Amino acid sequence: MIGLYLVGGMLIATGSIWGLGFVPPERLQGNSVRILFIHAPAAHLAEAIYVTIAIAGFVFLVWRMKMADMLIQAAAPIGLVVTVVALATGIIWGIPTWGTGWVWDARTVSTLLLAFLFFGLVALRQAIGRPERASRAIALLALVGVVNIPIIKYSVEWFTTLHQPPSIEIGKRPAIAPVFLWPLAVNVLGFYCFVAGVVIAALRARIVEREAGAQWVRDWVRAS
Amino acid sequence: MRLFLAQFRRELLIALRSGTDAASPLVFFVLATVLLGLGAGGALGLGVIWVLALFANVLAVEGVFRRDHDDGTLEQLLIHARPLFPTIVGKLCAHWMLSGVPVAMLSPGAAWMLTGATAGAGILVLTLTMGTLALTLLGAIGAALTVATGRGGLLVAILVLPFYVPVLIFGANASTAAMQGAPTAFPILALAALLAGCLTAAPFAVGKALAISQEY
Amino acid sequence: MAVGDDLLVAENVRCAVGGRWLFDGLSLTLVPGGLVEVRGANGSGKSTLLRCLVGLHEPDSGTVRRNVDGLYVGHRSGICGRMTPVENLRWTVGVARAGTPTRSIEAALVRVGLGDVGDDLCDALSAGQQRRVALARLLVCPAPVWILDEPLTALDDAGRGFMCELMDQHRSSGGAAVCATHEDLPAGPGQPAAAVVRLGR
Repeated sequence: MIGLYLVGGMLIATGSIWGLGFVPPERLQGNSVRILFIHAPAAHLAEAIYVTIAIAGFVFLVWRMKMADMLIQAAAPIGLVVTVVALATGIIWGIPTWGTGWVWDARTVSTLLLAFLFFGLVALRQAIGRPERASRAIALLALVGVVNIPIIKYSVEWFTTLHQPPSIEIGKRPAIAPVFLWPLAVNVLGFYCFVAGVVIAALRARIVEREAGAQWVRDWVRAS
Repeated sequence: MRLFLAQFRRELLIALRSGTDAASPLVFFVLATVLLGLGAGGALGLGVIWVLALFANVLAVEGVFRRDHDDGTLEQLLIHARPLFPTIVGKLCAHWMLSGVPVAMLSPGAAWMLTGATAGAGILVLTLTMGTLALTLLGAIGAALTVATGRGGLLVAILVLPFYVPVLIFGANASTAAMQGAPTAFPILALAALLAGCLTAAPFAVGKALAISQEY
Repeated sequence: MAVGDDLLVAENVRCAVGGRWLFDGLSLTLVPGGLVEVRGANGSGKSTLLRCLVGLHEPDSGTVRRNVDGLYVGHRSGICGRMTPVENLRWTVGVARAGTPTRSIEAALVRVGLGDVGDDLCDALSAGQQRRVALARLLVCPAPVWILDEPLTALDDAGRGFMCELMDQHRSSGGAAVCATHEDLPAGPGQPAAAVVRLGR
């Protein structure tokens, strides 16, 4: 676990320093393009976390694996944070490049909706008093959500292609130059490792909390 | 089918005996239309009718299982109803008859009040009739998930409103297109597809959520 | 008695609520004519066990085999206040597909002592009367297994007497029951005494 943090941190540091210090400014966007190295990995990760949660939800509903539930419990708030980071960096990036922080672009809208789905998962757990019942309800909600995400995305995409003024060209992203691609890839990998480390740490906390009365926890606490 | 009808009749009976409860979604819809007209002062698109219908729907559907949970009817339903699917559909259809359908019927009036236009009224009623049923089915999932918490309200709205987005997009688009005389076939068909999907899948999710809510 | 005749078998059932074990390794078998009383303090898991037996709650481990239909009367009556007793029972019959005619429903209400309020709304009935409507379900939906959570609650002396009578009749016709209760349910003449399951540590 420490290893994951370390690898993730090192990758993020490498990618970010590379991206912020050594990549030339983009032809149209200038230096503001550098936020890409935070924005893109976060946006990518947000969806990956939701899919992970949905898979864990399926596993929990079918096989009743407690670990799957604890994974959901650990990952949902982190997913919310990552999604908010993706949205915030997107808005910050949008102001200098598009002239506006918000556009009704398919990816933007569906990322915002994803934030609401994460929030719903966290809020529902707090609303249901009994932990066992909450676990199963949330697993079900995560599954319903993952079925809906493609439908939401498709409908928003259709909506925006219909309504969006063609002057803003974010619908079709120009192919990314290799000089940006490499630090970006390093950062994506770094984000994955780092968030995996955080999720595992949260998961460990859950396990210890759940097994608080068990002998091994006592031994472990005494030893550390 | 017998289970469907038994449940459908029961819900209508209870709703009619509850009097104003049954009329509340419609009254809310009209009230919200008036407020919107006052607040925005004209120059609104047909989309707002859809947003109002959506809010009326989520407010109504939020408590659809509450009474049944409180008095223990849900327990009996889960024990005896085999299969559960038709009873859930029956219950939700009855709910929709009293919340969604009246709103859809009155929507041309609301559209006329807000936009001054009467064109495309038929399409508006048609899409809202289909759309509100889909919304009721989706919203019922949220209502079922929260029924045992004793507090639905805003939580249900937050849980289900993201799922309402596709219905809103296609429904509002079809209505607007109809008003402007543009072709409406694609959004209406997409809406029908969404409705078909909701009708087949949502009752299962609702049933599962209800079963979870009755776990001790 | 052969194993195939068991109406309901629970094996090694374990339930936890909020990380606290309620019971573990609990087994019970319900044979025709049998009565199992579940005893225990408040919060010892009586209701949870009953809900496991009827299938509302899934135990954390162990199995519950329900070989026949069961009826459940829990703390919540399952009676809608906006409907009359007759309508409520008719709905139960419809959902359970028992096919009981309305005439028998009215007769059942007379038997539980509610002959004169059969067409009043249940909201207007007292707690004891609502309990009687719930118990009338036992008459209109015949099922070999009854699972009753404190059936005597809110009943007056006449109601208790009638409940015991009902239970005798049910047992002598080959039915069986599990009751969570704080009081003895006297067994009828010639019937085996109730088996007692005690919960709690």
